[in-house]
Amino acid sequence: MEIQKTALYNLHKNLGAKFVPFAGYEMPIQYKDGIVKEHISTRSYAGFFDVSHMGQFFLEGDGTLIDGLEKIIPADLKILKLNHSKYSFLLNDNGGIIDDLIITKTKEGFCIILNAACKENDVKEISKFLKKDHKSFINSDLSLIALQGPKAVEILEKLIQGVSNLKFMTGNNFNLDGENLYITRSGYTGEDGFEISIPNNKVEMLIKFFIENKVNPVGLGARDTLRLEAGLCLYGHDLNESTNPIEANLKWAIAKRRREEGGFNGWKKIKELIVGGSDKKRVGILPEGRIIARENTKIFSDQGEEIGQITSGTFGPSVNASVAMGYINTKFSEIGTKIQLEVRGKKYGGKVSELPFFKKNYVK
Amino acid sequence: MSEKKFSKKHEWVSVEGDIATVGITKHATELLGDIVFVEVPEAGKSVDKDAQTAVVESTKAASDVYSPISGEIVESNKSIVDDPVSVNTDPEGASWFFKLKVKDKSELDSLMSQGEYEKFVAENPS
Repeated sequence: MEIQKTALYNLHKNLGAKFVPFAGYEMPIQYKDGIVKEHISTRSYAGFFDVSHMGQFFLEGDGTLIDGLEKIIPADLKILKLNHSKYSFLLNDNGGIIDDLIITKTKEGFCIILNAACKENDVKEISKFLKKDHKSFINSDLSLIALQGPKAVEILEKLIQGVSNLKFMTGNNFNLDGENLYITRSGYTGEDGFEISIPNNKVEMLIKFFIENKVNPVGLGARDTLRLEAGLCLYGHDLNESTNPIEANLKWAIAKRRREEGGFNGWKKIKELIVGGSDKKRVGILPEGRIIARENTKIFSDQGEEIGQITSGTFGPSVNASVAMGYINTKFSEIGTKIQLEVRGKKYGGKVSELPFFKKNYVK
Repeated sequence: MSEKKFSKKHEWVSVEGDIATVGITKHATELLGDIVFVEVPEAGKSVDKDAQTAVVESTKAASDVYSPISGEIVESNKSIVDDPVSVNTDPEGASWFFKLKVKDKSELDSLMSQGEYEKFVAENPS
């Protein structure tokens, strides 16, 4: 498969981006300031992220569309209000997570934001539950730009009046230079901010406005440190087809009505786990000192028994400490439990920690 | 101090008497990005040329640091362990990694001069 580029590729290049192949796209991992500065400037001011590689999947149809989608998505789509969004997943028959996603109720139906690496397969999985008269398509004519940070609202309001009225996890249509934009107040950094769905032919104009307002570009590197500090999962690392929402400590994302009524993939398994508990659980891990416990680091109990594995680990620039998350035997999942981490053949101390590591600043 | 010599793995070494000081090059820090963790060897440890001797981690990944020369570690730079970012700011000066007592000075002959290293980097950018 040929490597793809987003509409902003040349602009990234001019901003000094270092590119890496990611999910079939050539994406900036960082720009000239580097990951730590990009991270810090997002938390102290604002940063913009090109996330156009993610799938913007639109679904249109009558009431039967909800029935179909609820078979694979455990959110309560019946009560989802127009322009409101929910974090949810696609589930397989065992309750394993095929992908995690944000679903928004639109006038015509729904819009689902899918992970880039999963989007093709997701469309196949979702389509199994669609009827002939349901319309569905990934819109590749749209870019997706995240603007994140405490100054995001002030900056975007200058260009697009009214965005400051949006509450967290809601969206609306806005106009920029005669083109329709769909903007949601959301993001994946633990900061206030927006995700802006914008036609490819207008996206450079938006980015130039951000740059004029001293907003720094942020690459995938800092996106990862920001989301990990905020305790958010990265699909393919913290979540995959063999982990389910209960083990992943994401029960909150399964709607109450759906937990009781079921009728979605993997419900039997998930119900069992809700009642009986899961053997393992996703937790935050704080390694002692500065040692970094990266993905696949083994976790041991204080007595030396192997009890789990790290799924994400890095240095958190805002908490100024090594941070990680992983799956651990539920018996050892209580906050504060002392553990050991095996890094390069040596054992280092650590403890189970609350998530997030960095307190979220959402505007509700 | 003698002129710096360079390895293909982006370490530098500078010898005074029979003591060699070893660090990583400016180019290496540019490849690594923001350095967030450093592990240095204990004094007294014997290391062979090209043996993995220290560890440096950036926000992106962990990398091994190899000793470009054989000898016995006499001192490690604890200040870079406490302040890993300093490796980004002064990699070829104050932020050296370790000093060792040189076993065989002829090993230096296999390393590159400053000019040769610059040419090597230009030909092998990553």
